[in-house]
Amino acid sequence: MSAQKEPSRPDESSLPRADSSVTTVLTIAGAVLLLSLAAPQWAKFLLTIALAKGLVVLGLLPQMRTGLVSFGQALYYCLGAYAAGLAAKWFAVSDLILMIFIGGSLAAVLALVVGVLLSRYRSIFYGLLSLALSMILYGLLVKTEALGSTDGFNVAPFTLFGYRPEQDSVRNVMLVVVTTIATVSALVIHRHLRTPLGRMTTAIRDNEIRLEYMGASARRVIYVNYVIGAVLAGIGGAIVAAAVGHIDPEMAYWTMSGEFVFMAILAGTASVLAPFLGAAIFSAIHSFAFDVSPNTWQMILGASLLLVIVFLPDGLWSLFRRAERS
Amino acid sequence: MDQLVAICIDGVIYSSWLFTSAIGLTLIYGVMKILNITHGSFYALGAYTAASVTGTLLARGMEPLLSYLVLLGSAAAVALIVAPFLERGLLRFMYVKDEVVIMLITYACFLMLEDAIKLIWGVDPYFVAEPYGLLDSFEIGSLTYPNYNLLLIGIAAMSGLGLVYVLNRTRVGRLLLAVIHDPEISRAMGVNVDRFYLVTFSFGAFLAAMAGAFTAPTLSVVPAMGVDIIVLSFAVVVIGGLGSLQGAAVGAVIVGLVRSVSIHLAPELELFVIYFVMALVLAVRPRGLFSIAEARKI
Repeated sequence: MSAQKEPSRPDESSLPRADSSVTTVLTIAGAVLLLSLAAPQWAKFLLTIALAKGLVVLGLLPQMRTGLVSFGQALYYCLGAYAAGLAAKWFAVSDLILMIFIGGSLAAVLALVVGVLLSRYRSIFYGLLSLALSMILYGLLVKTEALGSTDGFNVAPFTLFGYRPEQDSVRNVMLVVVTTIATVSALVIHRHLRTPLGRMTTAIRDNEIRLEYMGASARRVIYVNYVIGAVLAGIGGAIVAAAVGHIDPEMAYWTMSGEFVFMAILAGTASVLAPFLGAAIFSAIHSFAFDVSPNTWQMILGASLLLVIVFLPDGLWSLFRRAERS
Repeated sequence: MDQLVAICIDGVIYSSWLFTSAIGLTLIYGVMKILNITHGSFYALGAYTAASVTGTLLARGMEPLLSYLVLLGSAAAVALIVAPFLERGLLRFMYVKDEVVIMLITYACFLMLEDAIKLIWGVDPYFVAEPYGLLDSFEIGSLTYPNYNLLLIGIAAMSGLGLVYVLNRTRVGRLLLAVIHDPEISRAMGVNVDRFYLVTFSFGAFLAAMAGAFTAPTLSVVPAMGVDIIVLSFAVVVIGGLGSLQGAAVGAVIVGLVRSVSIHLAPELELFVIYFVMALVLAVRPRGLFSIAEARKI
């Protein structure tokens, strides 16, 4: 049988290993899901939050591949959370998927407008303008009495397709939904980075002007990446709002954006799985170090960030690459 | 009428405070191209050191008027101990890296210093109100202002004018301008660029610590103060254009007036307007008001 196969399909073998990546992502997602469903409740909760934040960091990944660091991703994270929370509060939307959809779309709408402006900016000015924008939202929310100002407000328990999960299965339902969304997003971003537009992403970092000499528009690439990042951050925010059941303006504060950048640097941008690794490690350090000594956990975070930047400039993920090569 | 006067005076006081807090940031960026997030830590360190040292000395019966010198001394001590350690021990190895990466390194240091402060001083607030109440107050119309505010304005003016004088009228200042313009050629001409970097970083840190030290008497010193000041300083410095002293002054005046107008007329917009102005300026002048256009390099 095998001898009768078509003699040559040269493309097949020279194609990038796209398929293996897809199976890797799916395998890991499945393994994580199976393992975590057996885990205790608190671990499920931690993992849900880590995956949701990982989504935000995944949105940072294409931007960071262009060499642009957004210090204002919290804008869309918070916007997604408030959109979902307000949909629940004012319009009695309780469906989880709908809440996530609303969070993501509102973020997309804002990013489609703001992105026009932001895609003109480079290096630290990109970061500073995005920082200013997220602080605008923070400033608004902190002083808005109707939305609970600094205290924020509670989000009612969610339903899924009209079914309200029992008290002890809420976490499971949430976990399944988040893992699915995370897997799909990781695959979409993976695919995006392999389109011509996605491949220009790294080209911009290497040399933007040469890219433009070849007739491509760097602004367009940055714009698209920015909107993608915003949508993922909005989705992440909406998930956190539903999972935690409470939202407050701190979600838009600059330290939140700093956290996302931290996670992105920690794991690196080499793979679409790296953001989730970064988020998981961050959450682990955060919760364990916080338990052991509440007054030194930031020190541990800062030290690990410093060590990674100095000794592993491409993030923890580059360790896998090294292992692969040797 | 009273309200207009109040808006102006509050605006000037707040502007001068902002200027003192932000000028170190713009100085360090201008010379070293480092967007220094540890600026917030130096501010907090200055405030804590000033509050605890002044408080202790006053309790032991120090002449109250000397407390102003103690405030200044605490700021200098913080800058002399922590800043060289940070610059020589870590940052100087990082100058080859990208601007954004260096900013992230200072962010890591900021996180560590935040906790160092909590370890040293704990999480309870510190108060040292004596220096604030010591001076009399002045009256304008029906409004009364403590004279301490005049001191803040004086400090802002002194540090701004002092820097401009040193930069433009002294040998060291001229050398520093050369270093800013082209560190490599300056080095080739025999300028000790490393020492300039060390001194600039320490002096920038001193300015931040001094702003913190002189703010300490006006409020309670709490752990989050460094986190808040850093974005505010960013706003001031970015509006004016990073690395520009005149820019920082103009930025401080704009933010100060805008904030005082909003506090008097629409208090719920206080934080919003500051960052709205920042975004607006960046949207119109991407590198700030007093920036110089930069050629794109292939």
